[in-house]
Amino acid sequence: MGLASALIGLAGAAYVAMPAGTLNSVLARDTDREPTHVAAFALREKPVTRGEFRRFLQAHAEWLPGQAPAVFASPGYLRQGLEGGDDDAPVTEVSWFAAQAYCEAEVPGGRLPTWYEWEYAAAADATRTDARGDPVWLARILGWYARPAGRALPQVGGEPNVYGVRDLHGLVWEWVDDFNALLVNGDSRSAEDPDKLRFCGAGAIDLQDRQNYAVLMRVALLSSLNAADSTGSLGFRCAHEVPR
Amino acid sequence: MIKTMKRWALAAWLCLAGAALALPGDSVYQLDAKLTDQRGQAIKLDSARGQPVLVSMFYTSCQFVCPMLIDAARDTQAALPEAERRQVKVLLISFDPARDTPAKLEAMARERGLDASQWTLARTDPATVRKIAALLNFQYRALPDGGFNHSAELILLDGEGRVAARTSMLAGADERMVGAIRKQLAAQRR
Repeated sequence: MGLASALIGLAGAAYVAMPAGTLNSVLARDTDREPTHVAAFALREKPVTRGEFRRFLQAHAEWLPGQAPAVFASPGYLRQGLEGGDDDAPVTEVSWFAAQAYCEAEVPGGRLPTWYEWEYAAAADATRTDARGDPVWLARILGWYARPAGRALPQVGGEPNVYGVRDLHGLVWEWVDDFNALLVNGDSRSAEDPDKLRFCGAGAIDLQDRQNYAVLMRVALLSSLNAADSTGSLGFRCAHEVPR
Repeated sequence: MIKTMKRWALAAWLCLAGAALALPGDSVYQLDAKLTDQRGQAIKLDSARGQPVLVSMFYTSCQFVCPMLIDAARDTQAALPEAERRQVKVLLISFDPARDTPAKLEAMARERGLDASQWTLARTDPATVRKIAALLNFQYRALPDGGFNHSAELILLDGEGRVAARTSMLAGADERMVGAIRKQLAAQRR
């Protein structure tokens, strides 16, 4: 069974079967240094493209810009539109609510991946399930963030990682299901949590792996967003549960 | 006279357009969310549409902030003139659908003396919890010990489900919140 056979075709979009495993997440609290268990799930091979999102809008007119209520999509939603441009480029300028709606429509039980699921898949390179200890690989994915924005986005379909998932780095930022759960403390160095009263439980999450800037930037970006927001470099892919 | 005509015009328009279509775009009631209350009855997120609602999110096994949330909501009601107290509903939605069954919610309502005509403790499926939290700008994360990290705020929704005020002051009644509720009730009477 090669990785190619792990591709599950669903409504035209390919999903990769991700095996269960453990993850040392960049998100960790002082009381929680144990690796996080990630259950088996299915992850979309590539980010959702402009063409795919346009076809979704044809069947779901309630998500057209101008139709979607402001509470689900703020004014930047699909501002550039989906006409013209490259159908195979990743869709961006999509709110969290619109991304969720797309995933629910694409596959039964469809949803955005959780942060842990995304980070677990994105820890891999072409040959290793966790390449994050390799400074060469870290420097390579970090290089993408130094590229100037504003140019048209390339097409989806970069090199697959060891699981067969593509474009987790180097193309777009991606929404996750629990973007509003990352709870990053503004200053992780301080022992005292100034916002202690705002949270019920063990205080804000600390950042564990400070070397992994590329992933930490994603955490910072996602933490700064509201669910109705969208940006020109923020796209998404979907996930779904698999039978246990 | 003009006021009456305006009302007629509005009523006629509502009949034509349908009440659901008249919901403003920035209303959290745009989310068609199905919940279950502490009596086991199916309710919608907009069950209290037409009157102001204090809404928050919590879970019953929470030891520290969540009891304070309930106290703060109660103190806020108590700070209103007696005639206005019954006109403000409270809706508390659980982060913890796996454990917060209607029976658990009912037990908490009984323990805290929360009158079901005014207080709704509700649960829904995990995906809907995430959506409601996203709409209300609530952050929450499940912890390995079964608890949750979460922000704690009281949010006032106006009759149409728009966020009219929010406070993270949970010790006693926040005067600004009390003022915002009174403003909503006064606007409703006009």
